[in-house]
Amino acid sequence: MKSYGIYELNYAICEFKHEISVAIVRRKFDAVIVGAGGAGMRAALQLSEAGLKVAVLSKVFPTRSHTVAAQGGIAAALGNVTEDNWHWHMYDTVKGSDYLGDQDAIEFMCRQASEVVYELEHYGMPFDRLENGKIYQRPFGGQSQNFGGAQATRSCAAADRTGHAMLHTLYQRNVQANTQFFVEWMALDLIRDEEGDVCGVTALDIETGEVMALQARATLFATGGGARIFSASTNAFINTGDGLAMSARAGVPLEDMEFWQFHPTGVYGVGVLISEAVRGEGGYLLNKDGERFMERYAPNAKDLASRDVVSRALTTELKEGRGCGRDADYLLLKLDHLGADVIKTRLPGIREIAIKFAHADPIHDPIPVVPTAHYMMGGIPTNFYGQVVAPYKTGPEEVVQGFYAVGECACVSVHGGNRLGTNSLLDILVFGRAAGNRMIEDLKKNRHHKHLPADASDKALARLSRLNDQKDGESVAQVGDLLRKTMQTHCGVFRFPDMLKQGVEKIGEVAERAMRTEIKDKSRVFNTARVEALELENLVEVAVATMVSAEARTESRGAHARDDFPNRDDDRWLKHTLYFREGQRLDYKPVRLKPLTVESFPPKARTY
Amino acid sequence: MKKLERARWRCRRGLLELDIVLQRFMDEYYAKLDEAELGQFETLLDLPDNDLWDMITLKETGNGNLQPVLRLLQKV
Ligand SMILES: Cc1cc2nc3c(=O)[nH]c(=O)nc-3n(C[C@H](O)[C@H](O)[C@H](O)COP(=O)(O)OP(=O)(O)OC[C@H]3O[C@@H](n4cnc5c(N)ncnc54)[C@H](O)[C@@H]3O)c2cc1C
Repeated sequence: MKSYGIYELNYAICEFKHEISVAIVRRKFDAVIVGAGGAGMRAALQLSEAGLKVAVLSKVFPTRSHTVAAQGGIAAALGNVTEDNWHWHMYDTVKGSDYLGDQDAIEFMCRQASEVVYELEHYGMPFDRLENGKIYQRPFGGQSQNFGGAQATRSCAAADRTGHAMLHTLYQRNVQANTQFFVEWMALDLIRDEEGDVCGVTALDIETGEVMALQARATLFATGGGARIFSASTNAFINTGDGLAMSARAGVPLEDMEFWQFHPTGVYGVGVLISEAVRGEGGYLLNKDGERFMERYAPNAKDLASRDVVSRALTTELKEGRGCGRDADYLLLKLDHLGADVIKTRLPGIREIAIKFAHADPIHDPIPVVPTAHYMMGGIPTNFYGQVVAPYKTGPEEVVQGFYAVGECACVSVHGGNRLGTNSLLDILVFGRAAGNRMIEDLKKNRHHKHLPADASDKALARLSRLNDQKDGESVAQVGDLLRKTMQTHCGVFRFPDMLKQGVEKIGEVAERAMRTEIKDKSRVFNTARVEALELENLVEVAVATMVSAEARTESRGAHARDDFPNRDDDRWLKHTLYFREGQRLDYKPVRLKPLTVESFPPKARTY
Repeated sequence: MKKLERARWRCRRGLLELDIVLQRFMDEYYAKLDEAELGQFETLLDLPDNDLWDMITLKETGNGNLQPVLRLLQKV
């Protein structure tokens, strides 16, 4: 196949505006999936096993997707250790979401949890076992029996490698099913036709620099999270929110972008996650006076209170000048009292991380930590079939034909204002499978590819050529740093009205500068500078959506904590935010309070 | 051809721990590697994330041939 590079295309753009789309190579698939993490690969498997021709694109080798980082486990009410059922799991998820979760989707997810876990076991996932041979389960924060009663034991794990095991299992199975992987390919933009239907994506082969239009009867985004918009982030560098940015640029709104989960214990300065397991084993947090401050904020649960509560406590300590170090900008996680044996046997991974990144051996010294951006609850709005829905024709939740999204990039919404630990791996499996099934059904009806519009890839090509031609431009690294600092300062754990207002302006300035970035390397092959500049443009979309949505929501709910509006306000704000890129317009839609079969859980005060 | 960029992209991982260590390594040592060490580095980059991380944090000693580069990764 002949490869057309960016240079030729640039020329084409200037001279023959209509010929470009003819110039770039097109390939046809039944389905194109962007993202090869747990969500993308679960969906791909469903489609490939049904005999469809599926292309899966990933910026990195599939098993290097961020899902690999998940250690804690996957939630499912199997009841192998203590009594459990999906209805209790559903209650916990609704409550955890601070009642912003859609109860139909939550019921759907919790009901299917056991099935998807057993299915994965059947695919060869090496779950830890109990002596009786059943899947081992461990307790996790936010899990209860009997609708808020005693601690439940609901998370299934494969040692501290659950995500890794899941990715490898799904990858092997996909290879057997003949899923076609496009590794080190970056999707640039969505292709929509005049009717608003989605017909595929324009993508860049990082290795050769070739740009191609991948045409599909169904297009699924599973591009993961975007917590790299913050300076303190537990996410790997690839998590730049590309799927959200592509959707926003194509006119699809983004839902609930003000809701980001901050994990209380990321290593100061680098962000690497120190798991809750440390506090579960008896580690606790200290301020500069050596005070165990969580006793003041959560007298009962103390250091084991839910993530948003602990993160807010840390932030308050820092704000009131009780942080440690020269700049009083971190707190300490103490665990030496557990003794060398416990640390070495039960927390070996944590010890390595502390030594490597904080130069502190927790056997002797506490670990410096700060609240760190961890998970994006918002995303591309979908229903529980994984179909993208938007108020773009007649109804508020109209299906965007041909377009699907699952995983962290999607907002179903099962996590609402705050995600519970181990519910995300569940989300990606349940909705990955559901979206796959729905796509199979839809493809039976849509037997033919829609006609690709002549200008299908023009916008993506124009962005590439702008970048190539930019003179006297901005540095990608500098603008990126500024973006992350702006988000961290103006839209962090606590949100202040004046800071948010300024934040909207500042992030707007960052956005303008990001449109003038310049790269020195103009070559085609493996041009990582180009990829990073494109990623920055994506981060900008996610950051602006977040700031604008956060500024507008004048209440505190789940992970969104406003200093000026400290309480949840169900009368005014029991609704989802929809952010439209054009004109940075906001719209809202109601929360789906009606589950599929059971009674609704009405909003109550959320206490632990 | 574009070995450096290729390596730089393959340092993009699923584990943030590796992103950070590999970036430090690229900045400090990559330019100084000889042919044999470049080969070792590529072999290491092909490993699954958790295996590579275990080797860097000494849990697994792994293949003796890879020791020179591994020792540098352990240092950064
Ligand atoms: C440190 C850490 C620990 C966690 N632990 C747990 C846990 O124990 N339990 C739990 O339930 N959740 C956990 N989570 C959350 C959970 O791991 C993630 O939410 C989930 O794995 C996301 O899966 P995904 O398939 O949606 O995305 P990812 O696994 O992030 O995959 C995204 C994919 O999209 C591809 N991609 C992105 N952009 C593009 C583009 N433009 N073109 C082509 N490809 C692209 C990437 O290459 C990748 O293949 C954890 C998160 C972190 C950060």
